[in-house]
Amino acid sequence: MATVHVRIPTVLRPAAAGQSQVSVDGQAIGQVVDQLIADYPGLEANLVDDDGQVRKFVNIYLNDEDIRFLEKLETPVVDGDEVAILPAVAGGQ
Amino acid sequence: MAVYQSVLDLVGDTPIVDVSQLSPKPTVRILAKLEGQNPAGSVKDRIALSIVEAAEADGTLREGSIIIEPSSGNTGIALAMICRDRGYHLKVVLPENVTVERRQLLEAFGAEIISSPGAEGSNGAVRRAEKLSAENPTWVFLNQYGNEANPTAHLTGTGPEILRDVPDITHFVAGLGTSGTLMGVGSYLKEHKPDVKIYAVEPPSGERVEGLRNLEDGYVPPIFDKWGGMDLLDGKRIVRPLESLTWTRRLVSEAGIFAGISSGAALAGAVKVADRIDEGVIVFVVCDGGWKYLSTGAYTEPIEQIAERLDDVIYF
Repeated sequence: MATVHVRIPTVLRPAAAGQSQVSVDGQAIGQVVDQLIADYPGLEANLVDDDGQVRKFVNIYLNDEDIRFLEKLETPVVDGDEVAILPAVAGGQ
Repeated sequence: MAVYQSVLDLVGDTPIVDVSQLSPKPTVRILAKLEGQNPAGSVKDRIALSIVEAAEADGTLREGSIIIEPSSGNTGIALAMICRDRGYHLKVVLPENVTVERRQLLEAFGAEIISSPGAEGSNGAVRRAEKLSAENPTWVFLNQYGNEANPTAHLTGTGPEILRDVPDITHFVAGLGTSGTLMGVGSYLKEHKPDVKIYAVEPPSGERVEGLRNLEDGYVPPIFDKWGGMDLLDGKRIVRPLESLTWTRRLVSEAGIFAGISSGAALAGAVKVADRIDEGVIVFVVCDGGWKYLSTGAYTEPIEQIAERLDDVIYF
């Protein structure tokens, strides 16, 4: 089991007891998300859809890399990794 | 040098400069494509001209038309230049928290500015423009986020230029906003040189943006889906403000290229790619010059302070 730091975006903080960062255990991103939801059930509807996949308008990053281009929820994590959850927003100028 | 009939004839065909002195390895070259050389100063000149010409061709735009567009700056500025030339009236929905230079440039080119709340970021500007265009059906909403002519400008322009000038390219890195540059250049390169890897960089802008009721208020540009962004990209990463600033400053101090802050983010992404490969040729996009960001203090003031301040400014 690895312990990782998860950054919570402003929009989800009310569902995570107001915290901006929490520590979670897991071996892969999927387990980290499961544990996060177990600790803060209010996050569930925001993070995963009915099929258990990460919602379209949510991006999850491992050490700043989008996990959709790594191994998705199977992406392994190690102690001290930084996981960030961010809503997709319009970029561009 | 030729004499051109219009400033619009200067859009595109931008130069590429070798900045390999910034590469972590002598076996990996890093090349900068200088989109700030476009006449209104950014890569957005290409897509603005492309979406206007497409709308003229299909009859959407006629003499005296009113155009509305959400933009945090560069697309609005490019459209404003074009509208001056063509005689259209432009309304730009501009988030309040953009740099003063962007606002002034829009005014200089004669655009009308409609402010949207800074806390809502670009999402708020997009929503406002959608609402206003629905309420005013005679206004023309070109919608850079969903307009095929945006990635097409890069498919037919930027992409071919890059492969022509750098036939041995192995990696392409650009900022992800509307996704137009990445979708257009990426599609062209994958078709003509399938081994080329395409990487996106983005700012952590979703971290602090307010006004989202929940994540369903999020936004993925329609062209990202239509052009198969998930399959086209080989990777996507966040570059944070401090890192963007660090590389923006190195770009000017070590390579003499005075670029905007999102270009520093793209360079940071290119350097991360270089760290991981043994050899290769990476092309990244410098999407504008630094002029419009001078008021932020990005180039001269203490870097940690500026990085913190950038959390509240749209620079990407």
